[in-house]
Amino acid sequence: MKTGSKIFQWLDERFELTPVIEFMSKKKVPLHNHTIWYYMGGVTLFLFIVQVATGILLLLYYRPGSDSAYESIRFILTKVNFGWLIRSIHSWSANLMIFFAFIHMFSTFFTRAYQKPRELTWVTGFILLVLGMAFGFSGYLLPWNELAFFATKVGTDIVGVIPFVGSFLLELLRGGEDVTGATLTRFYGIHVAVLPAIFTVLVALHLLFVQRQGMSVPENLKDLPEEKMREMPFFPHFFLRDALLWMVVLNVLLFLAVFYPWDLGFKADTFAPAPAGIKPEWYFMFMFQTLKYLPAHILVFEGEMIGVLAFTVAGIAWMLVPFWEVKSRKGMKKNVMMITGVAALTFIIVITIIGYLS
Amino acid sequence: MKTSRRKFLNIALGTSFFGWIVSVIYPIFTYLKPPKIPEAVVNSIKAGTASDFPANSGKIVKFGRVPVLVIKTVEGNFRAFAGTCTHLDCIVQYRDDLKQIWCACHNGLYDLRGINVSGPPPRPLEEFAVDVQNDEIFITKKLS
Repeated sequence: MKTGSKIFQWLDERFELTPVIEFMSKKKVPLHNHTIWYYMGGVTLFLFIVQVATGILLLLYYRPGSDSAYESIRFILTKVNFGWLIRSIHSWSANLMIFFAFIHMFSTFFTRAYQKPRELTWVTGFILLVLGMAFGFSGYLLPWNELAFFATKVGTDIVGVIPFVGSFLLELLRGGEDVTGATLTRFYGIHVAVLPAIFTVLVALHLLFVQRQGMSVPENLKDLPEEKMREMPFFPHFFLRDALLWMVVLNVLLFLAVFYPWDLGFKADTFAPAPAGIKPEWYFMFMFQTLKYLPAHILVFEGEMIGVLAFTVAGIAWMLVPFWEVKSRKGMKKNVMMITGVAALTFIIVITIIGYLS
Repeated sequence: MKTSRRKFLNIALGTSFFGWIVSVIYPIFTYLKPPKIPEAVVNSIKAGTASDFPANSGKIVKFGRVPVLVIKTVEGNFRAFAGTCTHLDCIVQYRDDLKQIWCACHNGLYDLRGINVSGPPPRPLEEFAVDVQNDEIFITKKLS
């Protein structure tokens, strides 16, 4: 017997691996017009793995603190071998991860894969997107540059408008009344310890749900007789295609990181005016831009409070889509949900574009 | 009798378990709340010499730990306002082209009396008193 199979037998005897392999070998992926969307979650996961790997490498040189953070990143960029590359990949991959998570979410929405029995897969997925954005927000401050400083001032000040607990949460997040070095160390802890821990548990749960329930099939194909349903084995067919796509994404990522290296900007000065043309990361742009349009007061409330409340309610409603999905007469359902999705997507895209043009 | 003893034990254990949870959570919770660091109360500062300050310009000065925007108008008068936008906490600046105070974050505008005139800011900027004595600019907190 070969060494490989000997080792396998040894493990199998102890951990009963055969049923697991049996399960995996029977795993099938349905083939249809929308099969392409099945790859988006995988790409997002791959980019998360890239984030963890490059993040750990950055940790080796990064020093949090208002007089060391910016300097340590400049050191990484200018002195450390390939430091510029690692940092650039980390920044680009973060953005691509959010981008693919959005695509993954909207494709799930439009193919209505969130329906029973996959409600909790949708909910965990949405929480993962929110956590991904929290990763972006907390990581954005870590270089302690001008843009990051003001983005954090604005972002945390928004938390302060929440009724009753706002000022407490604001102090908790900032580590004081203002954005200072204390905020930086808090965000650092959140970014490298708190969020990764919660994120990893949720990713595991999300994947477990997908494994347990299999891929969702679009509604028009559900009624097809079994012999007409085209499928492909997960191992090795789908897996290899997945791996190939990951390689393509890695190459695109490297191309972006090398040819469009991420800027470090100027060091934050806590006593300088906000620079002209200040903008948040693109995935916060639609919220940022909407806040610009709101008048100072709506009835007796401050405009931003109404704006923040509206986004919170919309976000929760979106997370709970599987539970309130409009189920009216036959043929109606699709239209209502389709209009909701198209409206949300159009709003996000149009406001984001306006934000960049103005 | 047996049931009531069990009930008694359940309540006793349940309550002490709750007490244990509180004794664990409370220190963590208070740990997260940053301690207050005593600071000297600043009531007045010097903000440079008046003759060196160009007309139609503004600059941010430190008033203790808060930023204050000092402006010299086209006419040569001094004004000072809290430098923090009342909208979302960004630091404002004087725009010499508009002759107004501008916040770059969300395009808020204030006039030279600190009153919010356009954009999202909900309140005027707090005004500080400015005195020029022997060419020295003094900024003082106004009594409310």
